[in-house]
Amino acid sequence: MFEQLQDRLTATFATLQGRPRVTEADLEAALRDVRVALLEADVSFKVVKQLVATVRERAIGQQVIQSVTGAQQVVKIVHDALVEMLGTEASPLARAATPPTVIVMVGLQGSGKTTSSAKIANLLRKQGRKPVLVTVDIHRPAAMDQLEALGKQLGVPVRRADPKNVPLEGGDTVIVDTAGRLHIDEAMMSEVESIVAATQPDEILLVVDAMAGQDAVDAATAFHARLPITGLVLAKVDSDARGGASLSIRAATGIPVKLLGTGEKLDAIEVFHPDRLAQRILGMGDVVTLVEKAQEVVDQKEAEEQAKKLFEARFTLDDFYKQLQQLKKMGSIGDLIKMIPGMGQLAKQMPSGPEAEKELKKVEAIISSMTRGERADPSTINGSRRKRIARGSGTTVADVNQLLRQFEEMKKLMKQLGGMAKGGRLPYHLPLRR
Amino acid sequence: MSIEQGLEKTRGGLISRLFGAFRKPEEEPVSDEWLDRLEEALLRADLSVSLVDPVMLQVRDVVAEGRATTVPKVLDAVRDALVAVIPPAPPAAGGTPRVILVVGVNGSGKTTTAAKLGKRMRDEGATPLLAAADTFRAAAIEQLESWAGRTGLPIVSGRPGGDPAAVVFDAIQAARSRGNSVVIADTAGRLHTKGHLMDELEKVVRVAGRAREGAPDEVLLVLDGTQGQNAIVQAREFTKAAKVTGLVVTKLDGTAKGGAIFAIANDLGLPVRWLGVGEKAEDLVPMDARAYVAAMLGRP
Repeated sequence: MFEQLQDRLTATFATLQGRPRVTEADLEAALRDVRVALLEADVSFKVVKQLVATVRERAIGQQVIQSVTGAQQVVKIVHDALVEMLGTEASPLARAATPPTVIVMVGLQGSGKTTSSAKIANLLRKQGRKPVLVTVDIHRPAAMDQLEALGKQLGVPVRRADPKNVPLEGGDTVIVDTAGRLHIDEAMMSEVESIVAATQPDEILLVVDAMAGQDAVDAATAFHARLPITGLVLAKVDSDARGGASLSIRAATGIPVKLLGTGEKLDAIEVFHPDRLAQRILGMGDVVTLVEKAQEVVDQKEAEEQAKKLFEARFTLDDFYKQLQQLKKMGSIGDLIKMIPGMGQLAKQMPSGPEAEKELKKVEAIISSMTRGERADPSTINGSRRKRIARGSGTTVADVNQLLRQFEEMKKLMKQLGGMAKGGRLPYHLPLRR
Repeated sequence: MSIEQGLEKTRGGLISRLFGAFRKPEEEPVSDEWLDRLEEALLRADLSVSLVDPVMLQVRDVVAEGRATTVPKVLDAVRDALVAVIPPAPPAAGGTPRVILVVGVNGSGKTTTAAKLGKRMRDEGATPLLAAADTFRAAAIEQLESWAGRTGLPIVSGRPGGDPAAVVFDAIQAARSRGNSVVIADTAGRLHTKGHLMDELEKVVRVAGRAREGAPDEVLLVLDGTQGQNAIVQAREFTKAAKVTGLVVTKLDGTAKGGAIFAIANDLGLPVRWLGVGEKAEDLVPMDARAYVAAMLGRP
């Protein structure tokens, strides 16, 4: 999600930065590009209009035109406007002072309510809570069976209930999965109103499909007019949708995005960090998420040690191999690279999907065919050693050469990155360099 | 249900945006402000910028040259331009039993579409057999079985976690021996970004061809009408994995316009076969490009 928006904006800003001084025409051209990029990302028309107007106003106010640092200023203004649109702080799920905490899930048909309900139950259970799932979807055939099957997988109790009589016991948190409904369906909207009135929820979460289009804001606004929605859950973020519509909802209604659904498995749910997302959209990477993701699977001390080694270019093939093993636990390599500042473009050149996996296996095989000494100091790997390694790993000498070359390049790059990180020069400049 | 009734809400939304509150279209002057509103309405219908830009350029030219001076004339020009983008659907052909695969991303409405299509074909004299080949999503099989019970259609079901290709194979065999004229297979929702799931779909197509030479005859990609520009990417990726022959646009009973299909038709030449306009079994209507565009623009 969001990569294409990022690519578009990066290209726009690169052009702008190429100018010695920003002229009025440059600014207008950049704003036009920003507008198209946002519209193509499904950002709501109204939000785009407002955002572009804000950027123009501020750019003129800050006398960007003819200024030497004009381009940087424009990038910063767009960045700030995006952050304002997305909000700045993560909004945690509310918790009732006296249990049970009640969460009601609502949304259009097919947005992902049932799967999200189960994922939230799983997330809360991991935090030591005792969730119970309640399904009141008497409308969609087999919807209740679906939640029951998911609850069974998780070992979380599931109760079937009538929408008119929702039980609120059996755990410290009750997650109520309601039927999908259209915001213009009067009968269905009053049904969910009465569920909310009876259960007095601490959270009413609107589930929105990340691939939704322009209508999403209207639908969300209509839901919000009938129910005090407390947060959004963006589902199917693992698609390649640019997610603009779902993000516009925050700008249009003030409802914060709380959670992201990132995959088909029941643990594929993340807390949403708006500031990090704005940085990712602008190609500045999401180091914080990357680090957190690593923390989940990597021993903290070892990770710090490796990061230090990485930036100081003391990184060996052995470390690289260890990281590959950990990477496998963390998710696809393309996703991870995208989180590194300035690597968005690089990630695009990387093979993805099964191809990437194949490539990774090859790399693993090559490295595991090396001796300890060779891994620690690749410069010792001469021609005959290369031949041996290729034979041992079932690859060719060309493959081995390529890996060694790539490793050297990576080390150089990391050394540069490390220097920049220390000098505090990372933001803004990096993605725009040629 | 007629296409006009089904798209009533779609129609309502745009009219109010395109026309002033109490004016008749004939009285609305073609002003720059009105042209901006027209552009906004098209973009808000999820039409791609890449389509709206050339259309608006044309419209502004036509207006500047004085070839269209009234709002209805301009709307006619827009309508004709958009209708021309949608290719006519070629008549459906195929062997016996005819094999239709229903594919799409999660939550687009595949299962409901498969059931509605079954009912519609049965009402038109065919003898369809449903195949519940979504063996992945919890209770997807039960969902289609429940529809089968409601509509009285026969069904061949897979086991949860089983091989979807095998279900389709069995269903085609069963249809042949029981004399069913059509097999409508519901497949699991898959994001087009998941390589292994797209591979699985390729296998389903391959195995269908083994059960009956030339099958599947139709691969219907179900697109959620509320989706935005990502629908275009979905169509492209699904076409790569399983030769998609046509689109079904669902959830048009809301206020969404499904405008992304114009870019899909333009880029990939895929015809739209059906429109989903409600939750009932009969709420599936054949595509009529003129009526669809008219509803979008709020004009006959």
